[in-house]
Amino acid sequence: MSIISVRDLTKKFGNFTALDGINMEVEEGEIYGFIGPNGAGKTTTLRILLGILKATRGEAKIFGKDAWKDAVEIHRNVAYVPGDVNLWPNLTGGEVIDLFVKLRGSNNKSRREELIERFDLDPSKKCRTYSKGNRQKVALIAAFASDADLYILDEPTSGLDPLMENIFQEYIKLAREEGKSVLLSSHILSEVEKLCDKVSIIREGKIIESGSLEELRHLTRTSMMIQTREPIESLNRLKGVHDIEKRNNTIYFQVDGEELDNVIKYISPFGIIKLESAPPTLEDLFLRHYKGDGGEA
Amino acid sequence: MNKPFANIAQTIKFILRRDRIRIPVWVLSIAIFTILIALMLPNLYTSSMEREIMAETMKNPAIIVMLGPGYGLDNYTDGAMMAHFMLVFTALATGIMGIMLTVRHTREDEEEGRIEMIRSLPVGALSPLTATIIMITIVNIVLTVIVGFGLYSLGFESMDLEGSFLYGASIGVIGIYFAALTGLFAQLSTNSRSTLGYSFTFLIAAYIVRGIGDIEYEILSLISPLGLILRTEVYVSNNWWPVFATLGQSILLFALSLYLNSIRDLGAGFIPARPGRKYASSLLSSPLGLSIRLQRTSIIAWTVGMYVLGVSYGSILGDLEGFLDTSGVLLKMLPESADYSITERFITMLMTILSILGSIPVLLYVLKLKSEEKKARTAHLLARAVSKNSLIGSYTLIGLVAAPITQLMSVLGLWSAAIFVMDNLVSMDILFKSALAHLPAMWIMVGLAVLLIGYLPNLTGLSWLYLGYSFFVVYMGEMLQLPDWMSNLSPFGHIPQIPMEEFSLVKMLVLIAITAILIVAGFVGYNTRDLEG
Ligand SMILES: Nc1ncnc2c1ncn2[C@@H]1O[C@H](COP(=O)(O)OP(=O)(O)OP(=O)(O)O)[C@@H](O)[C@H]1O
Ligand SMILES: [Mg+2]
Repeated sequence: MSIISVRDLTKKFGNFTALDGINMEVEEGEIYGFIGPNGAGKTTTLRILLGILKATRGEAKIFGKDAWKDAVEIHRNVAYVPGDVNLWPNLTGGEVIDLFVKLRGSNNKSRREELIERFDLDPSKKCRTYSKGNRQKVALIAAFASDADLYILDEPTSGLDPLMENIFQEYIKLAREEGKSVLLSSHILSEVEKLCDKVSIIREGKIIESGSLEELRHLTRTSMMIQTREPIESLNRLKGVHDIEKRNNTIYFQVDGEELDNVIKYISPFGIIKLESAPPTLEDLFLRHYKGDGGEA
Repeated sequence: MNKPFANIAQTIKFILRRDRIRIPVWVLSIAIFTILIALMLPNLYTSSMEREIMAETMKNPAIIVMLGPGYGLDNYTDGAMMAHFMLVFTALATGIMGIMLTVRHTREDEEEGRIEMIRSLPVGALSPLTATIIMITIVNIVLTVIVGFGLYSLGFESMDLEGSFLYGASIGVIGIYFAALTGLFAQLSTNSRSTLGYSFTFLIAAYIVRGIGDIEYEILSLISPLGLILRTEVYVSNNWWPVFATLGQSILLFALSLYLNSIRDLGAGFIPARPGRKYASSLLSSPLGLSIRLQRTSIIAWTVGMYVLGVSYGSILGDLEGFLDTSGVLLKMLPESADYSITERFITMLMTILSILGSIPVLLYVLKLKSEEKKARTAHLLARAVSKNSLIGSYTLIGLVAAPITQLMSVLGLWSAAIFVMDNLVSMDILFKSALAHLPAMWIMVGLAVLLIGYLPNLTGLSWLYLGYSFFVVYMGEMLQLPDWMSNLSPFGHIPQIPMEEFSLVKMLVLIAITAILIVAGFVGYNTRDLEG
């Protein structure tokens, strides 16, 4: 059974379609990345999963239960960190953490102390004095201090410094070891590449790409730098070759993953002196989609 | 920086631009309110007999505590009466204006990081504070002129030009004083909330100290800015020195705040923030507990406030018969009935007013849920094992329970003052019955607020409008001879007027049933709509 199962999910705000038929499956023990440009619909999706927004159409299930109707039951095993953590200015961080943990019904004192120490938070300060990063830490500590089966995290590291980001990643890995599932929305690709097993890319309310990192990499282009004894002829007529550039006697270009084999076969007769290839990154894919030519992929 | 006041003119313009609605609203409401009252008051007491009785009433300590010492009572002119009635209240209003406008442009801007943005431009370190104080000084000068000419233009013989301007200057200088004071607190504390807290505490303390001073120790009244300003004796002695003394103190306060501003870091203060609790108390473990905790200060303040309100209404009960007999207009506001004394007829009206005022905190407690949602804090709870029903239920419950508590406090306040001032005590029984009879109307207000939160969270302001409407029809209904259907539109119009009318269980149950329907409908709406956060 999938932990999260989203089918044909559509959300309209008035006439504006924020989500347009989204599908997504998160399996048990998976760390699932959810990436996309600003306003793509990430937060909207997560809020529907939490039962705070009601879907216009389609189905959103967690643990096999309806995200809207069975919200309370589902939430006993879910930990959530919102993208914008707004806290009560006149409560202290410690009070908020305790409140959050109690409202889920579990209580793990030693975990709480450990987390406060690791994240380097002063729990005796009023929330109004906390910086954005510190407010985020409060939400993260409350999330990790509870024994949830599913973590729903909306850009959880957007305010954290690199040191804290590392600690965050540690706890995510720990959660994975414990067999827990994570849905992580993010803008930070290196983080997604480091942590996630699967990724969905959302743009303008539609999922335009999803799959394991390997599968996605397959869709990306490899950058090549080649020197040959004889000049390569009509490279530009080859399928899957992009952005050809010649400097001195070196050629730079990009190759679609699926055409790599053909291209190498084609150029090797010209006598390769030097060949360098840069691995495909999620960033290339991401940028390509961000720029708006995602439809062709 | 070497030019601490660089670009100050630009900064002032920017402040005026940001407040181009807010400032006129403040100034005009205060001015129009003052002038309207000045216009009405002389018509209420026309014969010299009535004036003499008013002058007598003004010697009542309860009145002195509220309004300050009477003056010119031997020949109680319209001007003297109006100034005595109104000066301290309008001064409180300008004080509040000074506090609110100053906090907004000093500590609040600093807390929100806006001053940091401004300071990154070629603007001097002391410019924001100075610009704020200059702006408020200008505002109060304008207010002085409007009120001065406005009062004078009414053409009452006893309201001469000098007196009218002195009245304007008296309230204006209080506005400046409290702006300067708030500017100082903005340097001392590290956040806008406690700046507001310190300033309002000072304002209330100044009012109370003045009250004690006016009765017992006059020196206390001279220390309090609100007491000092009453020594102007507008329209009788026309003393200007209190205005200048207050202005002098304001300049000192401002100089001190400039100095503190110049030696501190941006964002820092001088009163260190106390470390708070590291762990949550057991109260803080449910949505209800959280809601009570968040509104703790407000709940305590309103509970005490309703008692004080009861006391202040109670304190006039003693003089009521004489007071009302001569005041034709006020008498018209009461329901007609030959079998009951004026005091008894007044009780009903009083309880209705107190119930409507008591509905203010009740509504505040319930509508807090909406502001929590707006600030995206309800999602924290709903994302955990908290149902929407238990969330909205907590706020509804607080509202429903708060109603009888505020009623109890008003009655106790009335009672404890009445013991001192009344010869023929109204029976406690009548008071309690009347307070109880009003409860369902207050609950209807709760029901309405819940309904709006459920379906139209952006229009919760309608519940205030409805409460205001109720106040209007109940308060002015008899006097303006409004048709019955107008007061029937308000739940308060359906409350039996005890002791003249019988306590009606049926009416009470009908109102309670309507409340229940409103609440259930509100819950349904809340469960079916999108939440903002
Ligand atoms: N309550 C609302 N009413 C109207 N439009 C909304 C509402 N909430 C979100 N939207 C719109 O829906 C779209 C998706 O918003 P969403 O917050 O899900 O984006 P996001 O992917 O989380 O973006 P970001 O990366 O900036 O956080 C945006 O265009 C946003 O303006
Ligand atoms: Mg978002």
